[in-house]
Amino acid sequence: MNSRTLASATGLIVFLLIWEAIARSGVVAPTLLPAPSVLPGALISEVSLGFWHAMVLASMEHYLIGLFLGSLLGIACGMAVALFPRVDATQAWLARVLRPIPPLAWIPFAIIWFGVSQSAAAFIISIGIFWINYFAALTAVEAVDKELIELSNAFGHRSFFARLVKVILPGAAPGILGGFRAGLGMGWMTVVAAELFGITGIGSRMMEAAGLLATEVVIVYMLTIAFLYAVSDTVFVRVRDRLLQWQQ
Amino acid sequence: MAAIVQIDNLVAAFDARGEPAGSPVFANLDLTIERGEFVTLVGPSGAGKSTLLRIIADLMPARDGTVHKTMQQSPQRRPIAMVFQEARLMPWRRVRDNVAFGLEGLRLDAAERNQRVDDVLRLVGLADFGDRWPYELSGGQRQRVGIARALAVDPDLLLMDEPFGALDAITRQTLQDELLRIWHETGKSVLFVTHDIDEAVYLGDRVLLLGGTPATITQSYDIAAGRPRRRDQEQITEAVTRVKRGLSQTFEGGAGI
Ligand SMILES: Nc1ncnc2c1ncn2[C@@H]1O[C@H](COP(=O)(O)OP(=O)(O)O)[C@@H](O)[C@H]1O
Ligand SMILES: [Mg+2]
Repeated sequence: MNSRTLASATGLIVFLLIWEAIARSGVVAPTLLPAPSVLPGALISEVSLGFWHAMVLASMEHYLIGLFLGSLLGIACGMAVALFPRVDATQAWLARVLRPIPPLAWIPFAIIWFGVSQSAAAFIISIGIFWINYFAALTAVEAVDKELIELSNAFGHRSFFARLVKVILPGAAPGILGGFRAGLGMGWMTVVAAELFGITGIGSRMMEAAGLLATEVVIVYMLTIAFLYAVSDTVFVRVRDRLLQWQQ
Repeated sequence: MAAIVQIDNLVAAFDARGEPAGSPVFANLDLTIERGEFVTLVGPSGAGKSTLLRIIADLMPARDGTVHKTMQQSPQRRPIAMVFQEARLMPWRRVRDNVAFGLEGLRLDAAERNQRVDDVLRLVGLADFGDRWPYELSGGQRQRVGIARALAVDPDLLLMDEPFGALDAITRQTLQDELLRIWHETGKSVLFVTHDIDEAVYLGDRVLLLGGTPATITQSYDIAAGRPRRRDQEQITEAVTRVKRGLSQTFEGGAGI
């Protein structure tokens, strides 16, 4: 174990100890601040009651659908804008109007259009992810080296499709994958908010527990989100490093 | 010898939108390249040397004039190939895949394609480097890959745009000699742009000066020295002096080189 790992571990342990000490001292009521030592018990109880699996699976489903749709459409639209001047002109004002609207502001419409359903949650999640991927893909394609496009012409690859496959996609890949990664994190942030309105998942379970002042359960799910995010990001970085092994 | 490229009265221009209109970069440009000939072109930067190569390679249109090319058409070759100053390798392709870039789309099966890649990599001395990424190469090695990529398509005409301009003197000399060896072995025609007069004289059968506003070919020097050449042989050093004198006359009072 190197010294950096050691310092990181120490920081976390000291944080937990202080938290535990404050919770036990009786300064704050246990419902306001549950001690970390009660969290494993809370987790075991959630798991054994079957809630934990069910909620994680439900949220995961919203997340994956939202991630898939938001990323796919965002990358496709962003690339189209960068590739076709006509599309670019069409989107300029539209994007300026729609982009600043936070994903959560779409909740009323999501519920009116889709009801309190999986689709509504997936829709809300996909919106934030869409814009991140849209701008990342747009910038990445615009930044592709024009000299490589000339190179491609010089060696006989002059069709739009050849240029797209041989130069633009690989050249824009680092930027596009960077956007996808940011969307990956963004998705977990919106997933809870999207479920707070009663769509079954981690968010709705947290609201239920908060209503019963079962704050240790709330914390279990907060940490669950952190865990899920860490896992998805780690897996993605592995995949990305494989795809981009040509970079120094 | 038959001409492989014949250019008459060529005019190049760019307007604000990059279209071939407006005041010319070069005008009344006539140039003939014989089959198998090594022609070098020198001139100050901005004279339109790269532009000329681009027009010959059909990468952009001329404003006026004609470029007549006499080349063998074949589905297994490309008639013209280009080598650029900055190598222009695709960083996401390994060396062999960069070399194979121009072969994609030709009528070659996988075995033939691999054979070609192996052959040209050996020709440029990179037989063991096929599996490297471009970032793992030195400047000279990258340039060799750029040359291999051009040779792989078995072109009649090689267009080289200051290919050694960014290299250190020693690497440059090595690559010059390798290029001459390859040229001798393959019999390609070469149009080689450089701003280094020593290089132009040492390599070329003929040295052309491009200059003036708008630019045109102001001088043409036949380099009589036979081959193989030595850099310090009298015919070479004499020719260098002659070209330098001609150049300073051309640009007397104007922009230097
Ligand atoms: N795409 C372009 N659009 C507008 N002007 C250009 C373009 N490419 C080159 N030029 C202009 O044409 C002239 C010749 O450029 P170039 O052929 O690159 O010169 P050289 O290779 O001799 O240094 C320069 O004045 C340059 O500014
Ligand atoms: Mg140039």
